Amino acid sequence: MLVPINWLKEYVDINTDIRNLSDKLTMTGTHVDSIINMDKNIKNTYVGKITKLESHPNADKLQIVYVDLGDKKVKLITGAKNIRENDFVPVAIEGAVLPNGMEIERTDFRGIESQGMLCSYEELGIDSSLVPKESRDGIIIINEEVELGKDIVDVLDLKGYILDLEITFNRPDCLSMVGIGRETAASLNTEFNYPEIKIINEVDDVNDYVQDIEILDEDLCSRYYSRVIKDVKVGPSPLWLQRKIMDAGIRPINNIVDATNYVMLELGQPLHAFDLDTLEGKVVKVRRAKSGEEITTLDKLNRKLDEDMLIIADESVPLGIAGVMGGFDSEVRKDSKVILIESANFDGKSVRETSKKLGLRSEASSRNEKDLSNEIVVDACNRVCQLIESIGAGTIVKGVIDKGEKESKIKEVSMKPQSCNNLLGTDIKDEKMLQILNSLYIESRLEKEKIISKIPSFRKDLKIEADLIEEVGRIHGFHNILPKPLEGNILKGSKSELRKVEDKCKNVLYGLGLYEITTYSFISPKEYDRFNVKKDDSLRNYVEISNPLGEDFSSMRTTLMPNMLKVISKNSNHGIKEGMLFEIGNTFENSNKTIPNEIRKVSIGMYGNYDFYSLKGVVENLLNKFGFKYKFKVEKNISSFHPGRTAKIVSNNIEIGLMGEIHPDVRGNYEIEERTYLAEIDIHKILENKTEEKTYKEIAKYPSVTRDISIVVDEDILVGDIIEEVEAMSIDNLEKIEMFDIYRGKNIENGKKSLAYTMVFRSSDKTLLEEEVNGKYDKILERLKKLFNAKLR
Amino acid sequence: MEEKLQKIQKSAIKEIKNVETKEEIERIRVKYLGKKGELTLLLREMGSLPKEKRPIIGKMANEVRTILEKNIEKKKYEIENVEKNKRLEKEKIDISIPGDFPDVGKRHPLLKVKEELEDLFLKMGYDVVEGPEIDTVEHNFDALNAPPDHPSRDKSDTFYINDELLLRTQTSPVQIRVMKEQKPPIRIVSAGRTFRFDEVDDTHSPMFHQMECLVVDKNVTLANLKDSINHFVKELFGDDMKTRFRPHNFPFTEPSAEVDVSCLVCKGEGCEACSYTGWSMELLGCGMVHPKVLENCGIDPNVYSGYAFGMGIDRVTMVKHKINDIRLLFENDIRFLKQF
Repeated sequence: MLVPINWLKEYVDINTDIRNLSDKLTMTGTHVDSIINMDKNIKNTYVGKITKLESHPNADKLQIVYVDLGDKKVKLITGAKNIRENDFVPVAIEGAVLPNGMEIERTDFRGIESQGMLCSYEELGIDSSLVPKESRDGIIIINEEVELGKDIVDVLDLKGYILDLEITFNRPDCLSMVGIGRETAASLNTEFNYPEIKIINEVDDVNDYVQDIEILDEDLCSRYYSRVIKDVKVGPSPLWLQRKIMDAGIRPINNIVDATNYVMLELGQPLHAFDLDTLEGKVVKVRRAKSGEEITTLDKLNRKLDEDMLIIADESVPLGIAGVMGGFDSEVRKDSKVILIESANFDGKSVRETSKKLGLRSEASSRNEKDLSNEIVVDACNRVCQLIESIGAGTIVKGVIDKGEKESKIKEVSMKPQSCNNLLGTDIKDEKMLQILNSLYIESRLEKEKIISKIPSFRKDLKIEADLIEEVGRIHGFHNILPKPLEGNILKGSKSELRKVEDKCKNVLYGLGLYEITTYSFISPKEYDRFNVKKDDSLRNYVEISNPLGEDFSSMRTTLMPNMLKVISKNSNHGIKEGMLFEIGNTFENSNKTIPNEIRKVSIGMYGNYDFYSLKGVVENLLNKFGFKYKFKVEKNISSFHPGRTAKIVSNNIEIGLMGEIHPDVRGNYEIEERTYLAEIDIHKILENKTEEKTYKEIAKYPSVTRDISIVVDEDILVGDIIEEVEAMSIDNLEKIEMFDIYRGKNIENGKKSLAYTMVFRSSDKTLLEEEVNGKYDKILERLKKLFNAKLR
Repeated sequence: MEEKLQKIQKSAIKEIKNVETKEEIERIRVKYLGKKGELTLLLREMGSLPKEKRPIIGKMANEVRTILEKNIEKKKYEIENVEKNKRLEKEKIDISIPGDFPDVGKRHPLLKVKEELEDLFLKMGYDVVEGPEIDTVEHNFDALNAPPDHPSRDKSDTFYINDELLLRTQTSPVQIRVMKEQKPPIRIVSAGRTFRFDEVDDTHSPMFHQMECLVVDKNVTLANLKDSINHFVKELFGDDMKTRFRPHNFPFTEPSAEVDVSCLVCKGEGCEACSYTGWSMELLGCGMVHPKVLENCGIDPNVYSGYAFGMGIDRVTMVKHKINDIRLLFENDIRFLKQF
């Protein structure tokens, strides 16, 4: 919301400088986004009257202009097309400096000296979107008698400041000069003056002009208030009016439209003017559009309407889209004679939805889509009549047509001063609270230790005690409230068990040298194809977003792995040839419950100079931290992974994760050159399995006996199978068994391999004898021969 | 005998003095003290001495032996020392060559800031609480008092799964979950992923991160809220940071305020980054929990009051590390991650 200070001053005494005003407004809740300085330092530019125009003898496109500046006359050359004799125009003479840095000198144009320059709005520093049609692409035509030689800065009021304000959703009343006026008066503690609304002359009767006005859909229009103006003379507005609305960000159109815009800016109520002669049957019907109806709006675009949209119609066709934009056919034109002023209160939600559906937002719709007062329609309608009368643009017809309901009940909200001080942590006196509320035009009185406030119709946001407390607090100033530490018991903060596990995982993984990544929760459904997920895999049972930001963001991930591959792919293609990464994040699983299951997982990705066992080492380091038993089981059937280099991680017969080398096809899909290893582990499963307690076992006192065993077995036998089997024998005093060598080749049959293990025997209460160990060794060997067809090498 | 002994001692000491290697010293030891050494041989002649002289000479001979042994040991030690020093000198390395041990990993800067914030509040007695990324419209909007026609509910602002479920647009639904389950006193911090319908550019991302705190108890005031925020801002950004509370509007708090913090670049002097205002704008939103929100969760607003405040973690991370493009946080380029 743009608020020119000079305009604001019409309603409120401003007894301070711009900086302080801006701070005061900001600190009481009207945030000043920026202060625009209108002073462009324009010098030596004056109003002149064109006395004579001649064509340039040596150039077809140039004219010689003779201008009377009052105390002097100048001759200059221009290429402008929009000027005529007797026009009043701005003239920059020798020595002038314009906002764009241009310095004016006497210049020779094809043999004739030019002693100055006629100026356009743009050259005087005004944004071209605000320039009225008749002055666009050309010189400013000042369409009224101005004292010749007067400084253009004064004539066009090119000075002072404009505030750009951020208005919050709950305060549509502040989308107006009077709204900001009230706020300013309250924050500066000065007087606010509401404009005096008075029409001098009224003739005829409104019923002579309008047959009927009918609200057919009262749920979307609570009040429709209108008046008629006759003998309308449509033309450019007076300069002051044009300049005022331009500074507030609206382009002048013609005097009628400008007047409605002026009142909208002043009082916050959007208005519309119809050419009454175009209304069939001289009736207005406020109703929902019928299916198939269309309208050409003011911007000359044809728009299809639907049954949820409220329109203004005559006997048969739509005249405008209620609260959003008027129709082209009923627009006020140069030759309009009688006009109907609409001042109406529409349902905010409906306006917002319509404006959104049509992709059509206007100054009017941005106000109408909020909860506006339905009382202001009266003042707004009369104010625009007053304005049109005062600029001589028409004669006001007596009487009004007021349809719909007036908000009758005056709402009262009460506040206990004690509650106010309790919530704010302050010690504000009752009288001060009353003074603050009354300064905001919230009429308040003290009754039996309660402040009773009458809520004005423009403050629909004030509904409960806390709302009044906020009013007192913000005008008192939050900055004037002294901070106080919380009272009560000192509490001890805690974290969920799941988070503790997550934090521990992170610490292990950082420690092992992995980099943490974080990626979006949503992925493209195509990722499941790229990751070669089988058609019937439950990973494809994802939760879908109904209104995604494109397909790439449309499904909630069921696994972290595709994102990991995307990150690896990107890095690999940036020439980074190796990396160890991890992500901890949620995955989402469709469920019968209302809310999908969110499963927190850790994914680990390694590429470059690593192999399966590097990844396995990381996984083991991670899981060992949690003290529970788990196994790796051969997994050949996961299409995303290498069939011979993949393992399920299992604990208590429940799968807790998966790890392995990525299938070359998948690597191809992701354009990763290096072999890539991925693991994904369910953190909830770690939480379920972890064992907290660690008990100290006495450090062995007696020496151990070590025996190596070297056997030849079939290639298919796994190193781990043998260890598992030996451990399952529960041999007394066998402390551990470890593989230390695998050998294939010379002296070993094809399809076989030689495995060498070290076994450590130790007793906790004596030194073991050779013979005791020999027996155990033989037992183990026998078992391996029997189970694995192992041969001693 | 005595003379002989003295002679041996003298010549041996002289010889010891002049040797330079371990081998030479060993040779000297053998020469004098070995089985066939001069001193040993001399002692064998003890039997030929008169009886009364034997103890005297014996004592003397032992003294000489001790002296020689000590001298030899000392010399040995000296020689070893010289040799050791020579060896150490040879072992000299170039310490400017970089270390060779696997580096520790890197924490993601955004998550690091998130966890630091959580820990900060944990120490101040707040429970760290998490909520689901997919939550109900009821938790995300209705219970938080968002008006039915509030623009934030639009499909052009919020991602929906269906009519009842959405991707949470804020961490505030966690407040609702906690207040519905837990009786005051409540003191929680909740941080995590949030989602809004924003196209990706250098300052926007459809996924971003928020953190917020909620305190509900008897007699909680706006003055307490200011104190907590001031404390936290100083912890996070340094003791010289100031705050400014500007009244604002949020559906779930009343009164509400936005908090500006001294410009993180110039600390309030005024610079280009803060448009010469001295303030980093809108770093936090806060307010006293709206009575309707308390009621919606079954907490009596006549007995309890509370405050809540929240902030964008992505923005704080970016300001803190001078990261100029939010996309960097989610691209996970190793060259980026390496820097933190």
